[in-house]
Amino acid sequence: MKLQTTCIICPRGCRLTVEDDLTVSGNSCPRGERYGRQEATDPRRSVSSTIRIDSTLVKMCPVHTSAPFPKAKIPALMEAIKPLSAKAPVHMGEAVCQNLLGTGIDLLISEDIER
Amino acid sequence: MKKTVDILIIGGGAAGLGAALGAVEAGAKEILLVDRKNRLGGILTQCVHSGFGLKVFGEELTGPEFASRLARKLAETPVEVWLNAFVLSISPAKEALISSRDGLYQVSAKTIIYATGCLERTPGMIQLPGTRPSGVLTAGLAQLYLNEYGYLPGKKAFILGSGDIGLIMARRLSLEGAKVLGVAEIMPYSNGLVRNKVQCLDDFGIPLYLSHTVSRVYGNHHLEAIDLVKVDEEGKIIQGTEEHIECDLLLLSVGLLPNVGILKNAGARIGESKGAAVDGSLMTSLPGVFSAGNSLHVHDLADEAYLEGIEAGKAAVNCLKGVPEHRTMTPLSHNENIGYLVPSYYDESYLGDLLIKFRCRRPKEKCVIMVIADGEIIKTINKISMLPSEMEIIRIPKKLLKNNLKTIEVILEDRL
Ligand SMILES: Cc1cc2nc3c(=O)[nH]c(=O)nc-3n(C[C@H](O)[C@H](O)[C@H](O)COP(=O)(O)OP(=O)(O)OC[C@H]3O[C@@H](n4cnc5c(N)ncnc54)[C@H](O)[C@@H]3O)c2cc1C
Ligand code: SF4
Repeated sequence: MKLQTTCIICPRGCRLTVEDDLTVSGNSCPRGERYGRQEATDPRRSVSSTIRIDSTLVKMCPVHTSAPFPKAKIPALMEAIKPLSAKAPVHMGEAVCQNLLGTGIDLLISEDIER
Repeated sequence: MKKTVDILIIGGGAAGLGAALGAVEAGAKEILLVDRKNRLGGILTQCVHSGFGLKVFGEELTGPEFASRLARKLAETPVEVWLNAFVLSISPAKEALISSRDGLYQVSAKTIIYATGCLERTPGMIQLPGTRPSGVLTAGLAQLYLNEYGYLPGKKAFILGSGDIGLIMARRLSLEGAKVLGVAEIMPYSNGLVRNKVQCLDDFGIPLYLSHTVSRVYGNHHLEAIDLVKVDEEGKIIQGTEEHIECDLLLLSVGLLPNVGILKNAGARIGESKGAAVDGSLMTSLPGVFSAGNSLHVHDLADEAYLEGIEAGKAAVNCLKGVPEHRTMTPLSHNENIGYLVPSYYDESYLGDLLIKFRCRRPKEKCVIMVIADGEIIKTINKISMLPSEMEIIRIPKKLLKNNLKTIEVILEDRL
């Protein structure tokens, strides 16, 4: 079935139409085409959240997925990261957890928290 | 205690960090950056979502990553940073009173860059009718509670205002297990970015009520319910359309205001952006005092706040050789299709290009922007569409601007 969607890759927000044969129209750049195809077959979203951290500066440490995460599994992801915690010092890009729910996607620290 | 520096930067958010890095790049040595928080980044550290850095780093980063990247850059410079330090006041003579962990300091600076960010509009400011129970708070405050303190302020939420902070919070609350019942926007269009409506509301099946507002808040100690109503074209409530909604959290995302208190107390003139009135070099009416970022005018993108900070940093260094004795101050004006415009003045002694930033008052399709100096069109830009939520930036090369100009006008019109 034809999919009408909005590209969320950049703030421009192009209106996309994805045909059954996965041809995409309405995009202003190639990234939109890739997004449209992905959205029609396996929708994914970047997920950001926080986990507890043992630190003298903050209570929570921001984290994000290393790549857009399968949309249907996001509720399970949120449950899976609830018990996680970190200990300062941590640095952006460090993995807190690898291969989340078998997706090959990692959970990464977003901020340098030194102590 | 006393201290003397060349450049004092107030605020360590995107704009203040930009100012420090811009000043270092332009050759300044003695720079002091002061922030009341316990770490750098300003509002960025609570914006855990991604959507930052496309313009500056060419990739999409989360707010904390954007902040940490800038903080790492800053750590490589000789800039002195005071955290947990609050600037109480500044004077036109560029003396600042700072309360820090080691006590009260009087800092004398040759130039000051004011980058204190913005404040959120409160229930009082929009005259929200009804009681003032707990559970009614601004969206940014809820973001701070949730993302930095790990505290979920409610389970059944309603959001008033479709600004990006409200939309981002709708998603964040949903992910954390709260039920977001809807978002009401008094205007007939959404104020946030389209992509935020898609990924923050549509993805979670959260309804967006356009031309709607909250007409009443119920609850004595804690919020119990609200009334949602329709408004007409003039924004007036249509009686009989009330819908009673039970909720324990009402977030307000109804606009931001530049945080100008300290500058205003020092006597700086305020412009129509509600931030300081500045010239093309971002200098306020107080010679040698500059402003950038959200304290000058509210930015949608941290990247823009950062870049503006860099401009201010460079201009401040330029001013170390001496504050210009004579400032020409040609006023910039605009027609009714433009909401506000920065800068307020053009000072011809500044050698950089003139960057004009503005927002349209209402969404526009197929329109043209013209810049007119003393009756002569010096720049024309055609646009396919414009939104109030997206700031427009036009660069006027210095060579297009003659000396002794009397007026500079920016006109936004429909294209026929
Ligand atoms: C919820 C939300 C979502 C956003 N989403 C995006 C997005 O997706 N993409 C994007 O690009 N941009 C986004 N933005 C916009 C962007 O984050 C801001 O425009 C930018 O970070 C503002 O930077 P600033 O330096 O002007 O202000 P701030 O970051 O607010 O920094 C001001 C600093 O000044 C300090 N300060 C204030 N007064 C004093 C004082 N008296 N003494 C000492 N220190 C003081 C404060 O502590 C603060 O650290 C978002 C903003 C918000 C609030
Ligand atoms: S198609 Fe390209 S330009 Fe349009 S929103 Fe997507 S990424 Fe942006």
